[in-house]
Amino acid sequence: MATEILMPALSPTMEEGTLAKWLVKEGDTVKSGDILAEIETDKATMEFEAVDEGVIGKILVAEGSEGVAVNTAIAILAEEGEDVSALEAAPAANAGTKTASTGGSEAAAPARAAPPEAPKPDLSPDWPEGTPMKTSTVREALRDAMAEEMRANESVYLMGEEVAEYQGAYKVSQGLLDEFGAKRIIDTPITEHGFAGIAVGAAFGGLNPIVEFMTFNFAMQAIDQIINSAAKTLYMSGGQMGAPMVFRGPNGAAARVGAQHSHDFAAWYAQIPGLKVAMPYSAADAKGLLKSAIRDPNPVIFLENEILYGRSFEVPAIDDFTIPFGKARIWREGSDVTIVSFGIGMQYALEAADKLAEDGISAEVIDLRTLRPIDYDTVIASVMKTNRCVTVEEGFPVGSIGNHLSATIMQRAFDYLDAPVINCAGKDVPMPYAANLEKLALVTTDEVVAAVKQVTYR
Amino acid sequence: MAAKRATTKSNVSGEELTRFYRDMLLIRRFEEKAGQLYGMGLIGGFCHLYIGQEAVVVGLESATEDGDKRITSYRDHGHMLACGMDANGVMAELTGRAGGYSKGKGGSMHMFSKEKHFYGGHGIVGAQVPLGAGLAFADKYNGNGRVTFTYFGDGAANQGQVYETFNMAALWDLPCIFVIENNQYAMGTAQARSTSSQDIYKRGEAFGIPGEMVDGMDVLAVKDASERAVKHCRSGKGPYILEIKTYRYRGHSMSDPAKYRTREEVQKMREERDPIENVRQLLLTGKHASEDDLKAIDKDIKAIVNASAEFAKESPLPDEAELWTDIYA
Repeated sequence: MATEILMPALSPTMEEGTLAKWLVKEGDTVKSGDILAEIETDKATMEFEAVDEGVIGKILVAEGSEGVAVNTAIAILAEEGEDVSALEAAPAANAGTKTASTGGSEAAAPARAAPPEAPKPDLSPDWPEGTPMKTSTVREALRDAMAEEMRANESVYLMGEEVAEYQGAYKVSQGLLDEFGAKRIIDTPITEHGFAGIAVGAAFGGLNPIVEFMTFNFAMQAIDQIINSAAKTLYMSGGQMGAPMVFRGPNGAAARVGAQHSHDFAAWYAQIPGLKVAMPYSAADAKGLLKSAIRDPNPVIFLENEILYGRSFEVPAIDDFTIPFGKARIWREGSDVTIVSFGIGMQYALEAADKLAEDGISAEVIDLRTLRPIDYDTVIASVMKTNRCVTVEEGFPVGSIGNHLSATIMQRAFDYLDAPVINCAGKDVPMPYAANLEKLALVTTDEVVAAVKQVTYR
Repeated sequence: MAAKRATTKSNVSGEELTRFYRDMLLIRRFEEKAGQLYGMGLIGGFCHLYIGQEAVVVGLESATEDGDKRITSYRDHGHMLACGMDANGVMAELTGRAGGYSKGKGGSMHMFSKEKHFYGGHGIVGAQVPLGAGLAFADKYNGNGRVTFTYFGDGAANQGQVYETFNMAALWDLPCIFVIENNQYAMGTAQARSTSSQDIYKRGEAFGIPGEMVDGMDVLAVKDASERAVKHCRSGKGPYILEIKTYRYRGHSMSDPAKYRTREEVQKMREERDPIENVRQLLLTGKHASEDDLKAIDKDIKAIVNASAEFAKESPLPDEAELWTDIYA
């Protein structure tokens, strides 16, 4: 039976092309792989090969023809011995190109009306009243979280630079090698890209790796594996396999280590669907969130802070204490302004709230704790109450978490705002080394106080 | 490459030879059909065909056991068919339909099958190399005796993460076979123009990883090499490198005009070294099969491929709700 040879699409964007030259003529016998014609696409001149074998019955489009639409019949291929004289061109181009396309533009979400009522955030306490507490540094809390989860699940292991014999560059993994041995506490060579990729592969293979980056600055070497491999595979595989793992380590500025060792990546990772992102401030949150992160079936970015490692907080002394992702913590209730922060930014937020109280300004301070998912409801409900908002973070100001929150507040609580939201952030400069300049580059408590005074018109 | 014909030296039965013929032919016919569907606009984006390289995956798969894993980059259709994934599901993924292996959300370059231990289908050149070592890491951690085939090309062999991975794979004795499919062109750049020393299999020497070069147009040579590599890895001796010299007949992707090599070069390879024709001759001269037997196989394969194309055209587009699923487990 005769078949039509159709004008092929030879690039992702080609809709029509020029049939530059026929390399076969009517009556020629062709087999799979033979070159039939040269076709000029929007990008290049391409050779067009036969797929089926047969005899060129009729050439329907002459060489030199321009603007030949994809899927137009350009020749008829007959079987050996078939009478081709009676063959006619079938009606031109079928709709093959259209069937697979889905309109992309109409997918844009319609503008939504602002909800008239305040959301009802989850305000349940993180632990029951009367729970015994113990004092713990953030460092100890992180180690305890890892040790507890490793005791509970044989598939959890820790890998990174200096995590085992050196006991951790910042001593977060102190003692873990002794308890769990070299099979599960693994020193890696200094090859972030490589060991991050190996850990993602191990997660595909059923393990639950914890990858420690000595600092997140070095994770830039590995960011392709974190985003392209860890975050996207569940989606690309239609849900068949993902990367249940944690990438953790200190993030942001420490002190006097200059531009390459002081970067806060919170906003970068928070942008990626498929990742979860936590950035705790207190020791209790560090422990509870890290335990949740290790159990989570998704890749989690866990952003710690070197300056906070040695800070002590009260941690509930209960077995199996976890903090859920996507639940902010209200550290301090207030009525005049909402200050939203996370990670070490909380230090400035809380200090500012103390100072503001002295001036008779009552600030509500919210710690987001996780940046993906973000607990928008707690923020919106608070802003609807206080009508003013200041955000605080250490990262760069362009495309920051504060920018995103401002947009969300504008969409969901525009009518409640009595002043524009102000974002306090790090300065838009690489981190300088000199002590005085470094101080200027970081966000400060005084800046937060000034911002609050601005939005409260004091 | 030495113009060496396949010999019957390899310990291979007529039955196995027939299976090689069948498996390689399925890949070739499938890819030709994929090229045709691309031309009709039914397959979008990038589409990298495996035509010419069939002996590589078919030879390597012959030495695998159940539970062994494989991972590769985006020229992946052949690997999927060779490890037993269903042609319908692969073709429907190429057309972006609900019946595809990734429900239409991955496409030609990103396809997976947990059931068949096929871990993708990765779009970033070289990224699958540490991932493959990671799969091997998990197997070693679990002590299950499995090995992982980590495929990459001569182009990917110049990525830094490959050598980070060689180092750790050797350091930790990971049961990983690094398969370098050297088709001699990294997209449009000939190996000699991109690669300082031409023998890529020797690049493991610095890490103590044994390597060998294999004629990838000869499925029996690939089978033998695969058996050696598997034996090495499974016995706990760590990774192994196979540089398999092969040749792709088609362009890098569908939109590659292939001006970087001559038509004669391609034609010569096809006429003198074609891996399928090679096995066909072995089957006939060894009297393992008659012309009629082979015709029957051809007909079978054509039916499978045509059915996959029909399935891929008929399978519905993914439901719009799928946009929002599988982002988080």
